[in-house]
Amino acid sequence: MIFLRLILTNLIRHRIRSLISLAGVAFSVAAMLTVITVLQGAVAMFENILSNDSGVIVFERDVSDLFFSSVPEDTAAKIAQWPMVAHANPVLFGIVSSAGHPIITCFGITPADTRISGATWLQGNRAGFAQQPDGVVLGERAAQFLSAGLGDRIQLGHAEFRVAGVVKTSNGFEDGGVFMPLASAQSFFRKQGTSSVITVKLRNKEDASAFKHMVDARYPDLIALEDTEFTHTYSQFRILKATAWAVGGCGLLLGGLGVANTMIMSVFTRIREIAILRVNGFSHMQIGAVIFGESAAVSVCGALTGLAVGAGFLFALKFVPALDGYIDPSIHLLLMSAVLALALITGIAGALYPAVYAMRVRPVEALRFE
Amino acid sequence: MSQAAKNRYDRRIVLRAADVWKSYDEGAVSVLKGAEIECIESTSVALCGPSGCGKSTLLHLFAGLDTPDRGTIWVNGAEVNRSRNLLHLLRHEVGFVFQLHNLIPDLTLTENCLIPAVAAGIDRRTAMIRLLELSERTGLSHRLDHRIQKLSGGERQRTALCRALMNRPRILLADEPTGSLDEQTSRSVFELLLELTATEGVTLLMATHDRGLAERCDNVVEMHDGKIREHAGIH
Repeated sequence: MIFLRLILTNLIRHRIRSLISLAGVAFSVAAMLTVITVLQGAVAMFENILSNDSGVIVFERDVSDLFFSSVPEDTAAKIAQWPMVAHANPVLFGIVSSAGHPIITCFGITPADTRISGATWLQGNRAGFAQQPDGVVLGERAAQFLSAGLGDRIQLGHAEFRVAGVVKTSNGFEDGGVFMPLASAQSFFRKQGTSSVITVKLRNKEDASAFKHMVDARYPDLIALEDTEFTHTYSQFRILKATAWAVGGCGLLLGGLGVANTMIMSVFTRIREIAILRVNGFSHMQIGAVIFGESAAVSVCGALTGLAVGAGFLFALKFVPALDGYIDPSIHLLLMSAVLALALITGIAGALYPAVYAMRVRPVEALRFE
Repeated sequence: MSQAAKNRYDRRIVLRAADVWKSYDEGAVSVLKGAEIECIESTSVALCGPSGCGKSTLLHLFAGLDTPDRGTIWVNGAEVNRSRNLLHLLRHEVGFVFQLHNLIPDLTLTENCLIPAVAAGIDRRTAMIRLLELSERTGLSHRLDHRIQKLSGGERQRTALCRALMNRPRILLADEPTGSLDEQTSRSVFELLLELTATEGVTLLMATHDRGLAERCDNVVEMHDGKIREHAGIH
């Protein structure tokens, strides 16, 4: 109890300084939580695009980005014939632009693709897809920002297309994208006879290993990865995740420096008290415990506040129409625990020097100090 | 020599300094120059002398708060050096009262007094019983939950006295304990100091400028220029 009072006394005595330090940690934690959650959500959405009703993705080996992958179109037809394969669909990714919208994701797909066959149609229907070479289907949000509906003509890049339907998807990238018949996309992007990837659904998941070996043997220029493998190895995802943690980590480092500054000030301003505790029998460890306790209190309170603020901010993002579908605000317990632990470690690390300084205080000299 | 004085000589020496030298600023300021002193258990000793003669330094050395450049310090028969358990010395053997009370202002009287007990790992119940006993004897029992800021100068110094005696030390070192108080308060605090140390059988070594107070102690030691100049007789 006395220990707790000794820890809290100084925080209460210098309320403003304590609050600023706490706010620094809270802000860092909130930033880290938000950045990581948003980026993880974005990665998850991209994963979802690739793994849509499939279990394995086939693409060009050693390619830096799937947009640059080139897989012969007839390969999909051949793979679809393999006994363990339920279906194999070629998908061509591309970027198109429209007036005021320089980047719109384009999906060149076949009518059998679940993006079309399993979509919720708001305008038009599945039968209208690929009936005409200039017919495109828009995601709901793309239809909104392009101000286009069924039958309207829209300009995409150098060509004009007719809107053959509008679909609603749960995925932000797809909802803001354009779906073209594969042949039209190949022609538009001048990639005749190729696709970016082949999404493959196996009849039995246990055949995945055999399937990958077959791809290796028959198509040495291609690689087949299960969805989970792809998620862990695809360099873009790794870069995104690393960036998120690095940005969050920098924020937390700044918060930690704030705690360190507060603790240094704290030790210097209560040096006489530390000497009094020493004269009354407090050991070096007990003095250290008071200092570390103080920094831990700031860190934990700051981290909890930051988690609450971050969660609130992410929840609010859900209601921003422009971000609808792009943000997955669900916070994972593991991420919360990791952020909390990091905040605590940073706070304690920030108190390391002040604690050592406090432990080395010589009571006689400190008591002379006014 | 009276019988009472003879009885005192039969007791053991609990504080002893032999040829103690101490300087600061790399020898530029010499404070103690071969000081020698002995204190017998359960006696009160006043250490008198002008400012800067080394009284406080000698007390700090006995408490293990500083180390001599030369010479030897003994407390309870054991030398105070690096191999000595200084924490045990501060927690159980020696209590210290300063001229300024040196209490933590944001804590209550109770919390301040419990600090030595917390440091020594004494359970709260035992510590509270001791505190109630001391606060009763020092007239502070109605102030236990008051913050130090709310106490008068005399009450603060009495609180410091309670804190110093919390863990039942056998030796009390007091550095000008009444130096910051007015004359009347100073007298009452000093009376209390003498009464408590006498009834608890505590050895008191007190640095003071006040001749009147010093005369009330069993023994008066004069210090001058870092040396013990004379020992007045035991009363």
